[in-house]
Amino acid sequence: MLIKTKSNILSSEITDRAVFESRREFIKAATIFSAGIMLPSLGHAEAGKYADVPVGPYSAKLPVTDREDVANYTNYYEFSSNKKDSTVLAKGLKTKPWSVEVAGEVEKPGVYNLEDILKDNPVQERIYRFRCVEAWSMVVPWIGFPLGDMLKRFKPTSKAKFVEFTTIYNPKVMIGQRSGGLDWPYVESLRIDEAMHPLTMMVTGMYGDELPNQNGAPLRLIVPWKYGFKSIKAIVKIRFIENMPETAWHKSAPNEYGFYANVNPEVSHPRWSQRRERVLGSSLFTPKRDTEKFNGYGAEVAALYSGMDLKKYF
Amino acid sequence: MLPGKKGWAAIKVIVFLLSLLPFLLLTNDAFNDQLGANPVEALHFGFGDWALRFLCIGLALSPSKTITGQNWPMRFRRMMGLYAFFYASLHLLVFIVLDLSLSWEAFKDEVPKSPYILMGLLTYSLLLSLAVTSTKRMQKRLGRSWIKLHKLVYVAGITALVHYFWLIKSDYTEPLIYAGVIAGLLAVRIVVYFRRAAKLFSL
Repeated sequence: MLIKTKSNILSSEITDRAVFESRREFIKAATIFSAGIMLPSLGHAEAGKYADVPVGPYSAKLPVTDREDVANYTNYYEFSSNKKDSTVLAKGLKTKPWSVEVAGEVEKPGVYNLEDILKDNPVQERIYRFRCVEAWSMVVPWIGFPLGDMLKRFKPTSKAKFVEFTTIYNPKVMIGQRSGGLDWPYVESLRIDEAMHPLTMMVTGMYGDELPNQNGAPLRLIVPWKYGFKSIKAIVKIRFIENMPETAWHKSAPNEYGFYANVNPEVSHPRWSQRRERVLGSSLFTPKRDTEKFNGYGAEVAALYSGMDLKKYF
Repeated sequence: MLPGKKGWAAIKVIVFLLSLLPFLLLTNDAFNDQLGANPVEALHFGFGDWALRFLCIGLALSPSKTITGQNWPMRFRRMMGLYAFFYASLHLLVFIVLDLSLSWEAFKDEVPKSPYILMGLLTYSLLLSLAVTSTKRMQKRLGRSWIKLHKLVYVAGITALVHYFWLIKSDYTEPLIYAGVIAGLLAVRIVVYFRRAAKLFSL
């Protein structure tokens, strides 16, 4: 069964082509400008590293959220549950050198340097919607590559039904990991077909630049049709497994955060509605936007869940 | 030495203006687009935080009279209570006007399914009943029942805390701080109550 989703993008929401194409020039200029006056706030990111990457498929021509809004409003409980504090504290994380352990049901397990991964997986830019389970959203030009392309290189076996991701555990720097709340380190997972879906991205940058630490540097997942907590940050381990694993938020409140966590306005969180979302950067008097099923990516991904009761498997 | 009548009047004006400061700072930030990526939330939470803070200050005045033996903290009880109500009103106003954009559809969808919003509305109705009966005239008219009615401020303190706890996803540090403060103030009251009861009993 194919679930049709209406895309409710107003014509006024669509960026003028000339404006869109001049964005790259603007980013370059803005990067040079900001590098001059606010170098400390850039953290470890290399200015303009990805200024000239090609635009990939599935990139939506939507008005992007201001970079400052995306970089200063982050949920990163490893540092703090306060969105401003986590932005500042995350600057302390050392992201170079970085390696990723690949384990489980694969023919080529091992520890891979991030640089080598990036050599094999050329990056591209994709503008995606991002919808948090807390009912706010943004539109971000991510830079990365399809997760599936990378996973195939490790040659998963027929037993690999799920892919599990783990965030770095470093309570010395990640002071939120010293106390409870969530079970550290953070673990997330996708079904293998979700992981292999061409929309699913491994991300290393945004806005033509390297990822700021608070946004998940140096390597994070982006699954645009799922709530943001699925898109795990600072990944150090990828494991291929046969059975559905336990994941961080699901473990902390299984009745509130499901394994699938597909964006769905029809299924409310037990404590709040998911029908609408606050768009970051919008003015005080802008009403919330109606949330779209699968965050507007229904045409691409609804088939993955055909026959499934999405109220039960939320 | 305690100040005289004129002195107290001047102090009251100063306290009044200081208590207005959070409102001025937040609205100033709103007008100058300094509230960050989610200005509605910043304003909404900002006013909510100050409502709870003034509620705590108001609750602290009577126990501080008990502890210090000084009567002057009681002079500020009404003002602090009304400021708690003022910030709670702004908190609710931001929710209705900016967050729900005055949409009845949004209200019908969001409010009934959200236990913490319902608890917030209950808290507000308690504060409202205290605010409208806060005048000297009402105090006289209600007599002894006024005292009973205004004990509801403790109930409002507790429902405000529940409202806060229920909206948290995982890190309870901040509401726990407020819970500690309110529990401490309530404990002083309870100790005083039982001491008085014990004295009466021994007579």
